[in-house]
Amino acid sequence: MEGRIHSLETFGLVDGPGVRYVVFMQGCRMRCQYCHNPETWDMEKGTLWTPEALFERAYRYKPYWMRSGKLNGGITVSGGEPLLQIDFLTEFFKLAKAKDVHTTVDTSGNPFTMEEPFISKFNELMEVTDLFMLDLKEINNEKHKELTQWTNTNILEMAKYLSDHGKHMWIRHVLVPGLTDDEEGLNELNSFIKELKTVDRVEILPYHTLGEVKWDELNIPYPLEGVRIPTDDEIKKAEQLLDIHENK
Amino acid sequence: MTNFEEWNGFEGRIWKDEVNVRDFIQKNYHPYDGDESFLADPTDATNKLWGKLQELQKAEREKGGVLDCETKVVSSLTSYGPGYIDESMKDLEQIVGLQTDKPLKRAFMPYGGIRMAEQAAESYGYEIDPELKYVFENYMTTHNDAVFAAYTDEMKLARKTHIVTGLPDTYGRGRIVGDYRRIALYGIDYLIEAKQHDKDNCGCGNMYDDVIRLREEISMQINALKGIKEMAKIYGYDISKPAKTAKEACQWLYFGYLAAIKTQNGAAMSVGRVSTFLDIYFERDLANGVITETEAQEIIDHMTMKFRMVKFARIPSYNQLFSGDPTWATLEVGGIGMDGRHMVTKNDYRFLHTLENMGPSPEPNLTVLYSSALPEQFKKYASFISITTSSIQYENDDVMKPVWGDDYSICCCVSATQTGKEIQFFGARANLGKTLLYAFNGGFDEKHRIQCGPKMDRITKDVLSGEEDFQMVKEKYEFWLDWCADIYVNVLNLIHYMHDKYYYEAAEMALIDTDLRRTFATGIAGFSHVIDSLSAIRYAKVNVIRDAEGITEDFKVEGDFPKYGNDDDRADEIGVWLLKTFVEKVRRRHTYRDAEPTTSLLTITSNVVYGEATGAMPNGRPAFTPFSPGASPSYGAEQNGLVASLNSVAKIPYHWSLDGISNTQTINPDALGHNIDEQKGNLAQVLDGYFDQGAHHLNVNVFTKDKLLDAQAHPEKEEYANFTVRVSGYAVKFINLTKKQQDDVIARTCHGTL
Repeated sequence: MEGRIHSLETFGLVDGPGVRYVVFMQGCRMRCQYCHNPETWDMEKGTLWTPEALFERAYRYKPYWMRSGKLNGGITVSGGEPLLQIDFLTEFFKLAKAKDVHTTVDTSGNPFTMEEPFISKFNELMEVTDLFMLDLKEINNEKHKELTQWTNTNILEMAKYLSDHGKHMWIRHVLVPGLTDDEEGLNELNSFIKELKTVDRVEILPYHTLGEVKWDELNIPYPLEGVRIPTDDEIKKAEQLLDIHENK
Repeated sequence: MTNFEEWNGFEGRIWKDEVNVRDFIQKNYHPYDGDESFLADPTDATNKLWGKLQELQKAEREKGGVLDCETKVVSSLTSYGPGYIDESMKDLEQIVGLQTDKPLKRAFMPYGGIRMAEQAAESYGYEIDPELKYVFENYMTTHNDAVFAAYTDEMKLARKTHIVTGLPDTYGRGRIVGDYRRIALYGIDYLIEAKQHDKDNCGCGNMYDDVIRLREEISMQINALKGIKEMAKIYGYDISKPAKTAKEACQWLYFGYLAAIKTQNGAAMSVGRVSTFLDIYFERDLANGVITETEAQEIIDHMTMKFRMVKFARIPSYNQLFSGDPTWATLEVGGIGMDGRHMVTKNDYRFLHTLENMGPSPEPNLTVLYSSALPEQFKKYASFISITTSSIQYENDDVMKPVWGDDYSICCCVSATQTGKEIQFFGARANLGKTLLYAFNGGFDEKHRIQCGPKMDRITKDVLSGEEDFQMVKEKYEFWLDWCADIYVNVLNLIHYMHDKYYYEAAEMALIDTDLRRTFATGIAGFSHVIDSLSAIRYAKVNVIRDAEGITEDFKVEGDFPKYGNDDDRADEIGVWLLKTFVEKVRRRHTYRDAEPTTSLLTITSNVVYGEATGAMPNGRPAFTPFSPGASPSYGAEQNGLVASLNSVAKIPYHWSLDGISNTQTINPDALGHNIDEQKGNLAQVLDGYFDQGAHHLNVNVFTKDKLLDAQAHPEKEEYANFTVRVSGYAVKFINLTKKQQDDVIARTCHGTL
């Protein structure tokens, strides 16, 4: 079995708890207007790795995952969309759990479905995943479709499913001025999150324009041309609406 | 048993009967597990004196880098009356003593070479006294005269082509750390007695050359001790007896260091491991109510201010090698004792705190002897100081302690030496990058267009690719490594023979055991480029482009290949092979005074000069461009982030490179975490991970590339006056670097752009 990997980062400090070895998978079906990694969309590109080889590589960084004798770090698989390569992901995480490495999936939830064979595979993945970082990009289904070209029904369903199964998660929301920062939407998002039982942390990711140059390189017109980054006040306001006080 | 009343309250016996500072420390120090909240702010006196010193430093910069320069007085222990930062504020100075009569004035030190002393003065717009010049030219032999009188033609040629370069034949070798603590603990008279005893027991009466030499050296040491006592008297202090208080201990110790920097302008003039030692005096005074914490901090601030003022007149070629006016007044904090107790004391916090009280500074070269077993509070405080000042470096106590014990000092930028027990013969470094080109060109120098060394077959293939070609190049390269090691060791033998004879460090040696151990510190430049070059041949396709004379002019690489700095064993193992091979070739040879050969992977800023002397290399490195410094990976080679790069360097076994493996990394503050609390915890965690794997050294810079670019464009901005960056093994004020070296620092990878 092989997985398509876009790139590897040995030193991630904002992609899960502690110091993370981050695997960026290749391939995503969503077309988020603010995507800052459009080069990971293509399903055919990337480098092929076996789960064993990838784990051998990641495990070299174990010395950096400890703080004061306690675990404070591990492996995060991001993307692209990791759930598109769920078989590979599960195999990879099985190897990690065999060595007591903390595992995190950073996902949009887009491939999630209650249908077979996916849901059985997902159940298997849950067993070897310590933390899900789930992007809730937009609570309003219409707006979500406009933003990403996909609906959010199955994504919200996944959040509930994780909650029902006691799986820990972080919810993340990208804040784009004029697009995903309306009060009504954020209130609704907050109500939704409140119903979930296993959310450890909610994060606002302020929109940034560093990805724009990559769209240019791929010769794709950038849909958010001219959209500014949020101000500190706007971020603070959004944090209040999502009831974020002090993230642990 | 000797007993002084000044020793009241101190425990132990061995150290009283013999000169043994380590025993004194172990019997008396108190590990401190708390945090930094006890630290005191600067006093008014500190602010006034530091304010004055900053004015002087500004005036120095405005005058082109030198405020004043001596031309008439040859520097000695007693050649000047007392000097102060400011005559009108001299009563504010808790610790006194200047190299000359005025602050930041550079002394005239001609024993290393009269021509160099003259050149240095000239380059700053001063002319040395013609009579002195005449005396030195006609009646004296300097170190430099003697070395050049004895060099062979081949040695001169190798020096000219820069296959060996940066040699201490035009400047003092430095790297010898007197155990300055001895003066504080014992007083000068006790030390003179001990040396006299050694002299009485030196030899059995048969005058072989080693006995004669040693007897003469001890007698020079005794004279130096007497001279140090006289020097202290000029400032109104009698240091014949041990120090009574913490303030006296600092002052006595500083006089020892001052003696060294008045008599030697060595490349590195380290202070040594003084922090924990001095803490014992501070603890005694604090317990007895003799001083307050504010006073304790003031004494350390003022002593540190003196270390920030050390100056030497250097020749232009020296400044190119070691840019930014460094003196390597290296001073250590932290570490763990042989008995397992950590050696962090309140005084270690005080020294780090000077960077807050008086702002960032390149000197003293503050070094944290690191172990993941150090107290968490201390690790976090050190990380905090790194993040806010980029002024400190870290060295792995866990790998050094088994070799050097728990009382070693850092004698240069990163090299360890047992305090008071040994000295190092500094050897600059051999250019192993150029040596690889000699293998291609049969010893014809690609830059100077002359044959250097034996005329051997050249490599004639136009395309090199695969295992067979790799082995062929490697075999030729090994021959040239052997040749290079041979000429290098012999050049160093000659230099150190002459240095001992004509520029002996009597004041420093007087504070080191008579029966001492010597190491022979060779070094390697071009490390990463050789690895990547051999890897390109083995794993990709290298097209050799030659000029009309058949000499390599450029190399074009087709295809990707493993590069050092990515935690790729295929590349990294070539590095380990290169190191071991070279060290074995050095070890085969006879060394002066049977010194034990060691090797370093550290280049200081000389990576720029070495690179400029070296043609294009098979990894695609363009001709005459800077090497990457020390053991750091090549520019742009790191593609897998910070810790992959750290892992590559961590694979180099320290016991094969005992003189040090220097690594410099720059981290974007945002990539370390969202706020300072997260950042300092994360940095300490990375340091734990790196050093737990057996890595030796790390320079940590925390700033953005934009800040460097802005500082280069606007050096006049107030905020950049003290902007300090770590380079290979030391720190410099960024605005004091040459333009080329600024560009070099900017070009290095900044990890963590999101």
